[in-house]
Amino acid sequence: MIWIVNNLWLIPALPLGAAGIIAVNKQPQRKLAATLAIGSMGVAFLLSLCAFSATLGHTGPGAFREIFSFHWIQFGGHWMDLGWVLDPLTAVMLMMVTFVGTLIFIFSVGYMAHDENFMRFFCFLALFAAGMLGVVIANNLFLFFVSWEIVGLTSYLLIGFWYHKPSAAAAAKKAFITTRIGDLGLLLGMVWLYAETGTLNFYDHGHGCLEGSALTQMAAHATLGGLAVSTMIGLLIFLGAVGKSGQVPLHVWLPDAMEGPTPVSALIHAATMVAAGVFLVARVYPLMAAGGIIGGHGVPVTTALTVVTWVGAITAIFAASIAVAQNDIKRILAYSTVSQLGYMMMGLGVGGVAVGMFHLITHAFFKALLFLGSGSVIHGCHEEQDVRNMGGLKKYMPLTFATYAIGMLALSGFPLLFSGFWSKDEILHAAHGWSVSQIPFYLGCTGALCTAFYMTRQVALVFFGQYRSAAVPGRSSHDSHRAEVLSQGSSSSHVAAAEDGRTPHSHQAQGLSHGSVSIHAAAAGDGRTPHESPAVMTVPLVILAGFAILLGFIGTPAWPWFDGYLTGEATPFDLGRLTEGGTLGLMLASAVIVFTGLGLGWLLYGIRPRQTAEEKDVLERAQPAIYKVLQNKYYVDEFYEATVIRFNAFTAQLCDFFDRWIFGGAVLAVTYVTLGLAWLYRLTDEHLVNFGFDTGCESLRQGGGELSKLQTGRVQTYLRIIGVALVALILFLIWGRKA
Amino acid sequence: MSLYFIITAIVTLLAAAAAMSLRNLVHCALAVVAALAGLAALYLQLDAEFVGFAQILVYVGAVAILIVFAILLTRSGEAPNQSVLAPGWIYGTAISVLLFTLLGWAVLNSAALPKETTAEPAVTVKDIGGLLMTKYVLPLEIIGLLLTAAMIGAVIIALKEPAKDETTGRKT
Amino acid sequence: MTPLQGCLLVSALLFAIGFAGAVTRRHAILALVGIELMLNAANLNFIAFWRYGPHPEALTGLMFVIFSIAIAAAEAAVGLALVIAIYRHYKTSNLDEVKDLKG
Repeated sequence: MIWIVNNLWLIPALPLGAAGIIAVNKQPQRKLAATLAIGSMGVAFLLSLCAFSATLGHTGPGAFREIFSFHWIQFGGHWMDLGWVLDPLTAVMLMMVTFVGTLIFIFSVGYMAHDENFMRFFCFLALFAAGMLGVVIANNLFLFFVSWEIVGLTSYLLIGFWYHKPSAAAAAKKAFITTRIGDLGLLLGMVWLYAETGTLNFYDHGHGCLEGSALTQMAAHATLGGLAVSTMIGLLIFLGAVGKSGQVPLHVWLPDAMEGPTPVSALIHAATMVAAGVFLVARVYPLMAAGGIIGGHGVPVTTALTVVTWVGAITAIFAASIAVAQNDIKRILAYSTVSQLGYMMMGLGVGGVAVGMFHLITHAFFKALLFLGSGSVIHGCHEEQDVRNMGGLKKYMPLTFATYAIGMLALSGFPLLFSGFWSKDEILHAAHGWSVSQIPFYLGCTGALCTAFYMTRQVALVFFGQYRSAAVPGRSSHDSHRAEVLSQGSSSSHVAAAEDGRTPHSHQAQGLSHGSVSIHAAAAGDGRTPHESPAVMTVPLVILAGFAILLGFIGTPAWPWFDGYLTGEATPFDLGRLTEGGTLGLMLASAVIVFTGLGLGWLLYGIRPRQTAEEKDVLERAQPAIYKVLQNKYYVDEFYEATVIRFNAFTAQLCDFFDRWIFGGAVLAVTYVTLGLAWLYRLTDEHLVNFGFDTGCESLRQGGGELSKLQTGRVQTYLRIIGVALVALILFLIWGRKA
Repeated sequence: MSLYFIITAIVTLLAAAAAMSLRNLVHCALAVVAALAGLAALYLQLDAEFVGFAQILVYVGAVAILIVFAILLTRSGEAPNQSVLAPGWIYGTAISVLLFTLLGWAVLNSAALPKETTAEPAVTVKDIGGLLMTKYVLPLEIIGLLLTAAMIGAVIIALKEPAKDETTGRKT
Repeated sequence: MTPLQGCLLVSALLFAIGFAGAVTRRHAILALVGIELMLNAANLNFIAFWRYGPHPEALTGLMFVIFSIAIAAAEAAVGLALVIAIYRHYKTSNLDEVKDLKG
C-alpha cells in the first residue's frame, strides 16, 4: 500500500515522459506517438486503480490520507517541501482523469487520423494529461500551481492547434488571458496563505495549511472588512477556479475554445481542465469552510462558500439560457458545460465536497461522451458544425445517435436510470436545504429545465428530421468528393485517401458501419453524405455511455457510497433514507421538471422538424428580441471588448508612448550626452593635450637643439668657456673669502 | 725688483706676445723660443738654477724643436689671405683681459703675500737629487712611466698608416 | 711692490697672453704653444713663491716645477703628435674646421 503512495508521482510522470519522447521525434511516427500516449495513460490508469484500491482498504476513523513529502529547496535554515497526497478525493479524480483520458486518446487516433500534425497533437495531449494529473496529486500549493499552469499552457496550445486559422489563434489567446486573470487571484491567495501559515503543504501531519491549527488560526484572524483571513484567501483561490472553470464573469473563453479539435473540447473543456477549478475548491474546502456555522444537512455556511454558491447558481442559469439560442453543435455543449460547472460550484457551496465532486465525476463521463459524439457527428458530416445544416442523422449514424442520446438524457437528468439525475438531484437537495437562501435552488431548477430543453432541441435538430445540408445524398460523381473544407482545414489527406480508388475510410475493415459502405459507394456524390465513424471512435463512445448510466448508482440517497467514501464513513444500503427529509418529494419534483423540459423541446423541435437550414428558429420567430440577446451571449464579449480590452489597448499605447518618448528619450539623451562628451574629449585631446604635448615636445626638441649648439665641436670655444669658468671661480674665491 | 728682472720680464712678455700674434708660424716658433729663454733667465735670477737650466734643456731644447718640427710637418699650401685669428677671437681676448685684471688685482691687493724678502736659499743639485730619491721617489717613477707612455703614444699617434695594396690587399 | 708681487704679475700677464693666444689663433699648433706658455707661467709662479715664501729650504716649489716641466714636455709631445695626426686626417691645421664633434 505504501508503495503506491511513494510512487504516486509516476502517474503524471508517465504522460510527461511520453510527451517528451514525442516532442523530440521529428519524423511523423504516428504509431509511436499514439502508442506512447495511450500506453502511458493506460498504465497511469492501472496505477490509479492501485491507488484507489489502496484507499478502499482503509479502516479507522476519518478518511484515508497518506502523504509523501520530499525536501525541495532551502531558504536559510528552512526547507520547502513538495509532495503529493493520496486521499479519496485524489483517488477518485485520478481514476476519472486517466480513464476518460485514455478513452479520448483512443478516440483522437481516429479523429485526427487525417491531420498532418498528429504527433504534435498527441504530444500536447500527453503534456496536458501530465499537468492535470499533477494538479490532482499535488499536496503543495506550489506544485499545484505549477501543474495548473501547465494545464493552462497546454489548453492554449491545443485550442490554437490549428493556429493558421485566425479565429483559433484568437480563441487560444483569449482562453489563456482570461484564465490568467483568475490565476492572479490564485497566486495572491497562495502568497497570502504562505504568509499566514508558513507552509504551502495542504496536509503535513497536522502542520499543513488545511489542517486544524492553521485553519483555526486563519479563521480567527480578521482582516479588512471584518472578514476572516481564511475567507479572503478562500475567495482569492476561488478566483482562480472562476477563471479555470469558466464561471461568470470569466466564462467568455470557454465557448470560443471550441475552435480546438473536438477531442480537445472533450478532454479539456468538458471532463478535466474545467473540472480542475471545481477540484481546487474541493481541495481547499476545509479552508473555505473554516469557522463556519453548521447549517442545513450538517453543511457549514461561511462567506466564502456563500459566494461560491451564488457564483455557481448565476453561472448555471446564465449559461443555460444562452445555450438555448446557439446553433453550433459544440457551442451548445460548451455553454452546457459552463452551466454544469456552475452547478458543481453550487453543489460545493451548499452541499460540501461530496455533492460537488459527484456531479463532477458524472458530468465528466456524459459530457465527454457528448463531445466525442459531436466529434463523431462532425467527422461524419464532413466537418459540418452548424446544427441547422444537419438533421436526420439517426439513420446515417445509429451508434452515434444511441450513445449521444444516452449522454443527453444523462445531462438532462432523466430520472432513475441515468447518472445525471442522481448527481443533479443531490445538488438540488442540498440547495433546498441551504439555510441562507432558497434562490439558488430555484435558479438550479430553472437551469435544469433549460438544460433538458436545449439538449432536446439539439438532439432533435441533429438526429431527427431530414438531412438539411446543401448537398443532396445519392448523386454520383465521385470526383466532387474532393469536398472543399468547410471549417477545419484538415481533410486534404482525407480527399487523397478517397481518390485512391479504394473505398475511403478504412473503417470498412471494422465492419461496424452498416449502412456506410453502400451509402459511400453510391454517394460518390459531392460526398456530403454523412457516415458513421470508425470503430476507433465509436467504441469509446459506447464505453462512456455505459458509465454514464452506471455511475449514477454510487451516489443515490439509498446508497450514498460516494459520499461515505470521501468522508471515510461506512454507508450501508438503506432504502429507508429515501423517505427522510423530503428526498422523495424532491426527486419527484426534479423528474417533473426534466419531463417538462424534454416535452417542451420535443414539442417545439421534434414534432415539426425544420425543413431547411435557412429558416428561422421557432423561438426566434416567437421572441426575436430575447432570442437575439441570448444568441449574442448577453453581449458580454462586446462589453468586455468595449471596456477591458479598450482600456488595455489604451494602457498599451500609453506604455508605448512612455517607452518610446520618455525612456527612449532618456536613452537618446544619454546617447547624445555621451556623444557630446566624446566630441569634447576629442577636442580636448586634440587641441589641449596633443597641442600641449606636441608643443612641449617641440620646445624640448628646440631647447635640445639650442643646447646642442653649445657643442660647436671647436676646441677653442671650449677653452673660452673654461676661461670664463676660471674667472668666475676666481671671483668667487676672492669675494667669497672676503665676505 | 732689479733692472735685470724688469728687462728680462719685458723681453719674455714681448716675445710671448709676438709668438701669439705673428702671422708666420716659424716666426712664432722662434718667438716662443725667445720667451722660453727669457723665462729661464728669470728662473736663474730667482736662484732656481737647476730649474732654469732644466727649462733650457727641456723646453728650448726639446719642446721648441718639437714645435718647429710639427709646424714643418703640417705645412701645406695654405691660403695666406686667411686671417690668423679664429672667429670669435674678441671673446677670447676679453676673457683673458678679464682674467689678467682679476689676477693682477688679487696679487696687488692680497694680504696673504709675505712682505719680507727671505734670504737666498742654498740649493745644491745634490739636495735636489737627494730629495728626488727619497721624498719624491714615487712621483719620479710615475713621471718616468708617464714619459715612456707619452713617447710611445706620440709615436703611435703620429705614425703614418701603412697604405693597403689595392690589387692584392696585402699591406705594404 | 715687492719682488714677489712683481714676479706674480709677470706670471699673470704671461698666463693671460698664453690664454689669449690659445683661444684666439686659428692654427692648432699655436693653441698648443699658448698652453705651453700658460704652463710656464704657472711654473714661474711656483718658483716665485718658493723663492719668496717661507721655508725655501724644503725645495717644494722647485720639485713641483721640475715635475711640471717633465709633464709639460710629455704633453707637448703627445699633443703635437695629435696635431700631426689631425692634419693628416683633415688635411688642414685650422682648428675651426675640426668640428666633427659638433652637436
